[in-house]
Amino acid sequence: MNWSYVLDLLRISLHAMVPITLTAVGEIIGETAGLFNIGLEGILLISAFVGALGAKAGGPIVGLLVGMGVGMAIGLVFSIICAYWKGTQMIAGIGINLFALGFVAFGLIKLGAPGFHAVPAEAQLLKLRTPMGALSPLIFLAIALPFVAYWFLKRTRAGLILKAVGENPEAADVAGINVNLTRLLATTFGGALAGLAGAFMSVAWFGSVTKEISAGRGFIALATVVFSGLNPLLALVGGFIFGFFQSLATWIKTLPVKTIPWQFVDMLPYIVTLLVVSGVVGRVRFPKALGVPYKRE
Amino acid sequence: MTTPEGRPGGKLLRGVHRTLTGLHPALESVLAALLGLLVGAVLMYIWGYDPWRAYWALLRGAYGGDYEIASSIARGVPLILTALTFSICLRAGMFNIGAEGQMYVGAAASICVAYFSAPHPWHLIVGILAAAVAGALWSLGPALLKLTRGVSEVISTIMFNWISRFLVFYLVAFVLVDPRQAQRTVRIPVSARFPVLVPGTDLSAAVYLAVAFALLVYVLLWHTAVGYEVRAAGLTPTAARYGGISIKRTMFLSFALGGVAAGLAGAATTMGLPPTYAIISGLPELMNLGFDGMAVAMVGRNHPIGILFAALFFGGLNAGGRVMQFYGSNPVPLEMVRVVMGAIVLAMAIPELVRLFPAMAKVGRELVQTVSRRRSATEEGA
Repeated sequence: MNWSYVLDLLRISLHAMVPITLTAVGEIIGETAGLFNIGLEGILLISAFVGALGAKAGGPIVGLLVGMGVGMAIGLVFSIICAYWKGTQMIAGIGINLFALGFVAFGLIKLGAPGFHAVPAEAQLLKLRTPMGALSPLIFLAIALPFVAYWFLKRTRAGLILKAVGENPEAADVAGINVNLTRLLATTFGGALAGLAGAFMSVAWFGSVTKEISAGRGFIALATVVFSGLNPLLALVGGFIFGFFQSLATWIKTLPVKTIPWQFVDMLPYIVTLLVVSGVVGRVRFPKALGVPYKRE
Repeated sequence: MTTPEGRPGGKLLRGVHRTLTGLHPALESVLAALLGLLVGAVLMYIWGYDPWRAYWALLRGAYGGDYEIASSIARGVPLILTALTFSICLRAGMFNIGAEGQMYVGAAASICVAYFSAPHPWHLIVGILAAAVAGALWSLGPALLKLTRGVSEVISTIMFNWISRFLVFYLVAFVLVDPRQAQRTVRIPVSARFPVLVPGTDLSAAVYLAVAFALLVYVLLWHTAVGYEVRAAGLTPTAARYGGISIKRTMFLSFALGGVAAGLAGAATTMGLPPTYAIISGLPELMNLGFDGMAVAMVGRNHPIGILFAALFFGGLNAGGRVMQFYGSNPVPLEMVRVVMGAIVLAMAIPELVRLFPAMAKVGRELVQTVSRRRSATEEGA
């Protein structure tokens, strides 16, 4: 066993943590305000695709911003349907996921290569040289963001308003808070973070887009939210755990010795997610009004 | 204001009103479908296609003749079953997104009939049963996790989908593989295949299985005590519990029944889809049928009869989409169909879609009025 292997594993885990943690922190903000978005998987997929296009057109920063903007737009549509029009959140989320599957597969064919599209090296976000090897700067953002989100939710007035809207929208409404607008802002912010996470995958990590680039990360992020019990700091831990097992699967597959068929290795992150979530559920308490549209009496 | 009853012909008016309100859900499905097609058209236009030509090709490819209608029905068969998976569980108050994985497992189980022989109807029945049991067993995982640990079925069914996908990848590559053709599994023997109904098309007797199962679900949910309990548990769990209904039992039942439906969908694509009668590696014939089923369930308003009609529509989209991608000088890829589906589901999430259109028209009218008022005001000022 060589130490450089272990260092590789840690480095890939840190990268794998970024999309899960960013998406999970965004979803924590949204769920605190009472909207449950299972369309995250679709947002990741679409923003990975448009992020790659943006990066090709105007460089990596533009790519990330385009991904973020598109994620934000989808979050906005979702929250208009679910907050203002009282739509069913679960079904709107499923709609986003279906739409994304078709949209990205369609777009990839349109670009000439069905199923695969590479992002040229000069359009990818540069990685920082550290003693640990090349690390994407977004790793530091993903580590810092949960602390900011924690401070925001626990220590600021806006965080309290968010919580009030999620727990008791009637009381919040009486207190003069615009429930729908608060939910709209929270979910749109969540969509923007998921969009950034998606663009990160294509522009700053894999360097390509595939039909299945999101590979269930949106749902793993939802599992992370469950694991965290809406605490952003725990989402950082959860993101690292799930990221670690995803990288472990990739890592085992690159080992020279092949003992287990790759299909079983690839199952690993999903099995671990199931195990972790079934281990923590029960002690977690979610906002009372989560998933319930607010209608004024 | 006089009531309709007070006037002559009031009875008729009331009848019309009742028919219209009864039609309301169907009308919303139609509106959602139109909205989805509109979104698809706009996207096609942006990407540089001709939406009219594409939709014309799709329509002709879907319903333009006997052959086309037969293949539309054939494409709808597995969708009927995966839609039932989703809607049975939704009737019980749960989101079972696991039809995809349960269908994979069912398809793999049905392949096993290739390893032994039996006289014709029995061979087919054994295959159907194997798929149904496999699908039901696979759905028990999320059900047990929900019962014992309280794990959200939304997360667990998705994880089970991924696990079963890799499991079936493995089975196709190593266990069920055809020694002569490594890219697919062994083929279902003739005695275990659903007979083809219209020669030259891929419409097989599997359609009878799907329709029969939909009718069975309808009778079970609306005309038996167990079905009443399932629906009551889905509508108001608290009231149902006070009424002495076991939520655990209804949940278990709906998951198992949903798993059976998904397993049968798998069987319909292996034993009932000419000409392969096998699973090809990469699962191209199976991939996404479970997710598309959710769209069918939504447009069918979670009612077995509605689902039959919705499946005919989505089957037509799929069959016509295949024609669309070979039509003209700039053919539209089949994936456009799934974009349309996603937009339709998104529209279905909006309650009272019918009322949204007048509301939007009102906003539009007001905008026009304000603009014209401002313009006339500036003209007067000038």
